[in-house]
Amino acid sequence: MSTTAAPGPAAHAGVSLHRIEVRVRPGVPDSRGEAALREAHSLRLPELPERIEHAAVYFVRGDLNADQLARIASELLADPVLQVATLGAAPSDAAVVEVHPLAGVTDPAAESVELAIEAMLGTRVEVRTGSRWDFHGIPQASAGALAGRFLANPVIHDIHLGAFLPSSFPSGRPYTLRRIEVPVRELDDAALERLSRDAHLFLSLDEMLAVRAAYRDLGREPSEIELETIAQTWSEHCVHKTLKSTVRYREGANVQCPLRAEGRPGHTIGADGEVTIANLLKSTIAAATFELMADGVDWCLSVFVDNAGVVAFDDEHAVCFKCETHNHPSAIEPYGGAATGIGGCIRDIMGTGLAAKPIAATDVFCVAPPDTEEVPEGCLQPARILRQVVAGVRDYGNRMGIPTINGAVWFDPDYVGNPLVYCGCIGVMPRHLVKGEVREGDAIVAVGGRTGRDGIHGATFSSAELTDTHADEFSHAVQIGNAITQKKALDAILEARDVVGGPLFRAITDCGAGGFSSAVGEMGATLGAEVHLDRAPLKYQGLSPTEIWISEAQERMVMAVPPDRLPALRGVCAAHDVEMCELGTFGTAEREIVLKYEGEAVGRIPVGFLHDGIPMPSREARFDPAPSVDRGAPAQLDAISASSALISLLAHPNIASKHWIVRQYDHEVQGGSVVKPLLGPHQDGPSDAAVIRPVPSARRGLAVANGLATGLADDPYLMALAAIDECVRNLVCVGADPARIALLDNFSWPSCRDAESMGLLVRAAEGCYDGAKAYRAPFVSGKDSLNNQFATEGGRTIRIPATLLISGMAIVPDAERCVTMDAKRADSILLLVGPSPTTLRGSHFARLFGGDEGALPEVDLRIGPLAARGVAAAIAAGLVRAAHDASDGGMLVAAAEMAFAGGIGLTLDLGAAEGGPSEQGSQAALLECFAEAPSRYLLEVDPARLPEVERLLGGVPHRVVGRFNPTPRLTAPRLGLDQPLEVLRHTWLKPLDW
Amino acid sequence: MPTALVITAAGINCDLELGEAFRSAGCDVEAIQLKRLMTEPSLIGQFDLIGLPGGFSYGDDIAAGRVMAALIRQSLFPYLVDAIERGVPMIAPCNGFQIAVQVGLLPGPVAGGRWPAEPPAPAVALSDNASARFTDRWVGVEVPAETRCIWTRGLDGTPATMLLPVAHGEGRFSATPEQLAALQSGGQVALRYRHDDNPNGSLGDVAGICDASGLVFGLMPHPERFTRWSQHPFWTRLDAAERRAEPIGLHMFRQAVAHAAGVTV
Repeated sequence: MSTTAAPGPAAHAGVSLHRIEVRVRPGVPDSRGEAALREAHSLRLPELPERIEHAAVYFVRGDLNADQLARIASELLADPVLQVATLGAAPSDAAVVEVHPLAGVTDPAAESVELAIEAMLGTRVEVRTGSRWDFHGIPQASAGALAGRFLANPVIHDIHLGAFLPSSFPSGRPYTLRRIEVPVRELDDAALERLSRDAHLFLSLDEMLAVRAAYRDLGREPSEIELETIAQTWSEHCVHKTLKSTVRYREGANVQCPLRAEGRPGHTIGADGEVTIANLLKSTIAAATFELMADGVDWCLSVFVDNAGVVAFDDEHAVCFKCETHNHPSAIEPYGGAATGIGGCIRDIMGTGLAAKPIAATDVFCVAPPDTEEVPEGCLQPARILRQVVAGVRDYGNRMGIPTINGAVWFDPDYVGNPLVYCGCIGVMPRHLVKGEVREGDAIVAVGGRTGRDGIHGATFSSAELTDTHADEFSHAVQIGNAITQKKALDAILEARDVVGGPLFRAITDCGAGGFSSAVGEMGATLGAEVHLDRAPLKYQGLSPTEIWISEAQERMVMAVPPDRLPALRGVCAAHDVEMCELGTFGTAEREIVLKYEGEAVGRIPVGFLHDGIPMPSREARFDPAPSVDRGAPAQLDAISASSALISLLAHPNIASKHWIVRQYDHEVQGGSVVKPLLGPHQDGPSDAAVIRPVPSARRGLAVANGLATGLADDPYLMALAAIDECVRNLVCVGADPARIALLDNFSWPSCRDAESMGLLVRAAEGCYDGAKAYRAPFVSGKDSLNNQFATEGGRTIRIPATLLISGMAIVPDAERCVTMDAKRADSILLLVGPSPTTLRGSHFARLFGGDEGALPEVDLRIGPLAARGVAAAIAAGLVRAAHDASDGGMLVAAAEMAFAGGIGLTLDLGAAEGGPSEQGSQAALLECFAEAPSRYLLEVDPARLPEVERLLGGVPHRVVGRFNPTPRLTAPRLGLDQPLEVLRHTWLKPLDW
Repeated sequence: MPTALVITAAGINCDLELGEAFRSAGCDVEAIQLKRLMTEPSLIGQFDLIGLPGGFSYGDDIAAGRVMAALIRQSLFPYLVDAIERGVPMIAPCNGFQIAVQVGLLPGPVAGGRWPAEPPAPAVALSDNASARFTDRWVGVEVPAETRCIWTRGLDGTPATMLLPVAHGEGRFSATPEQLAALQSGGQVALRYRHDDNPNGSLGDVAGICDASGLVFGLMPHPERFTRWSQHPFWTRLDAAERRAEPIGLHMFRQAVAHAAGVTV
């Protein structure tokens, strides 16, 4: 079909809406169209276009004459060398599909175009942007359907068949105050529960009863805004009520490592063996930290209380680390969900202490296998989710100028309805600014983005189970971020922090879940606050006070500012084009949160009830695994050659190279990079950890790594220990000091309303306690995302595997002495350090070839820390040429990675002893090569220095398992393994090279 | 001591490391917001070197560098030309290069020609990478022997040390064949990708160009990210001899600072 050309610019003066298209000149490659075509073909649909052309579409509304429009088109919107601009819509024989943001969705490009046009012409205009795609060779309906598959998401986009020619922009209507009262005092249990669900409060019956009791005491009904405030403040997201609950825990007879409750803080053992844990978080994860701090760990500066955990870096600086999940939004709109995930975590760092400067980001994704063909109704294709979350992190992190330096991807079919998106951020700040304090009379100041209707109910939404209708029901909880708005706010905040005479603000926090209601509520938790909601700058008119109060619109920070510093702060914000508003004052006589709109009180809640009134639940927890069967390794294992097993493992998506992701992130911006994510002469070897220099003038470095052991999800106690051990090994392998490791916990769990899931959570928390204490690595912050399960249309519930991400950062005493995992020299030997494996269970080998049974691998809490210290001492003494931990895939995969990353041949001395393979010998070799046992390291060592290394390793088991050589092959003669390094390298690089 | 001006704006995010690189090369640095320069353009007259840093100025909305270029064309062009005519070396890595090209500062008039009073239409372009994707990696670079560029002239090293990082999505150098020939014969190609290591499909493997005076240097790689050996992608395997040389990024800044200080190196 062909589109009709829109009328050109109006000859008469007056405000009108103009459409301008920009596309490449004939003969210039249309890389966006070509990329779209490649992606369309990757979907393997029956009907595919021959060609796709892309054009950018701009709508400009203003009083513009023809000359001005021509200037905008040719000087601003089109590149004169490569592109051509058309006023109106160019006619076409192709099937035209246009994608435009829905009204109210952030359109960052539009704001920049408005700014540039004003600078060019001195005229204010309004702009909207969109995309036009011309599909050649398929009918329009098919083109529209195809666009819906990968070019647009109906949650945030309108898809138009044919050119979109609007006559006006949608505009909101002014808001007139209406007071909405929600009667609760007379409701019975069933009605309270109904209200909780229908109003998207997601409060439990006990919590609704507490609300009813409070308002009966107050002698009035709550207003809508008060009820919303309570729901936000009491949400799982904000108050972590499951992890802080009192738990009654029981376990069955078949537990491999039964809980030893004696002597654990907060644990009481009942007569019947039931263990009662008062406040699970406090009695496990936090307890470990405080016990370590009482026992010589003197470098924790702020733990569990602020937006991020803070530790000392050097005498002048502190570093802080926070990791968040953004799972539910990413399930519905992966691009926006991931972008606002990293954006929100960056704001956590900006809102730690008196503002830290973000210096690095991390990301970990858990999704269903990329080749999954069928997905339940309401779910997106996993490959699309992965592409889009990567794009979201890329576009936000890169634009903010924060290097994304470490991450992981884990594939499991049960993430199909609930992908996990973990975003971490690290910051640096002066040590004396680690803590802020709000004082009575400080102004409540909001800076950054404007408030809109986007992102309402994100905090409570995160407490819900996803269903096939969630994309419709909760689309308002999904947002598109604007990284530049946040970058400007960051620049202004750091300038305001560093002024001579001290920071212009006394406390700062971010607007995350719950928006102003959480930020102001937390900052005013003891003093109270008076907030004038009509003062908040809005994206468009028509928002009710409740919407303003709970909107989670992005890129906003809240500060407490002494009144006499307000003029200076206004100056700083103006210089950076950052919007700032004075919302009210901290401190009220009655210690209440008082909400006003145009002078009239619309809500009033005592802070005591808001923050202490939540009834903390108690939970039943049970861990009763089935007895483990151990039939010995199945017979067919003899038929699998080491060579083919290695090839299969290197190509497994969990193990294969993630370079396609890593290279899309600017992992070097800020110039602090020391150990990059990809290493060796080809820059493709997988680093165990990243190292940066947070303070450019200091030689001291900071290593960042993670540990994830989801293969052991059957017992999260052992999973937690394995993840901590892996994180420690990753850090140690690059040269970090194992005595200076700080950890974060991020739980992503299915619903914990049943005793089984809660039992798994208890196991994980107990593992965190034992692991942190054994490694003397305190947890400094953490977060949980519960309810990660998906209810299909057919009534099936898909629960994610219990997933615990351990993130770690550690001091590297001298960044100039870091060690990397790529093999360096052909005259070295390969030393394997750590205990011998005893089981294949939980390994990738067992998943692929069988044998996933028997006992789970256990971390030896005596040997593990000794091994870490021994390896670190050898690295510090300069005795190690390369170090790599043997984790996913096992030791043979790790050895292969070292060899091909460095391009140095390796002959392994593995397999049954001379004289023919014995059954026992081949079993031992299998375990040695493919078990994913904890605490194992591979070190490349100069043979002449071996005795010194062995002395430092003390009692830690170790043995020489191979010799490097100049022939570029990996061989293990007694295993029949002989492969060129290039084959191994390409096998590993290819699967995710999209 | 010479003083360098680093121009920052919304979304510019390589300003600190650019300032560090200038400092390491022995000059003072002052960073000034574009917004302030637009109202006080004569400030530019106080500086001996100028840097247009990388980043995502104004979100790189429309196209990379487009909005910032429009603002500079509107208000600063004659002041920047003044600086060049005073002999001020100017470097524009990555987003800075994209901006400089669209402002019309690069490639500039032919040798012996005069700068126009008004910003000219851009003559070359940096378009989407051939992969249509943002890419961060280190690439091999070479300096054409005949270049006029004061930043890269005489720069040399081994294949392992002649590396610089790129990190961009829109860096494909595009020009007509005649323009490319003119740039080559005029010594205005200042830096090339090693032919087997062209990361974005740039015409003629062009990684950076300079104006006819050799003072204004725009390039897609980030020399400011290679001023210490520990930033090199495989420094842990380089031998001591290789690491005795100055990292090539730092070397460029030293050349320019020496030029600004009136010293020949």
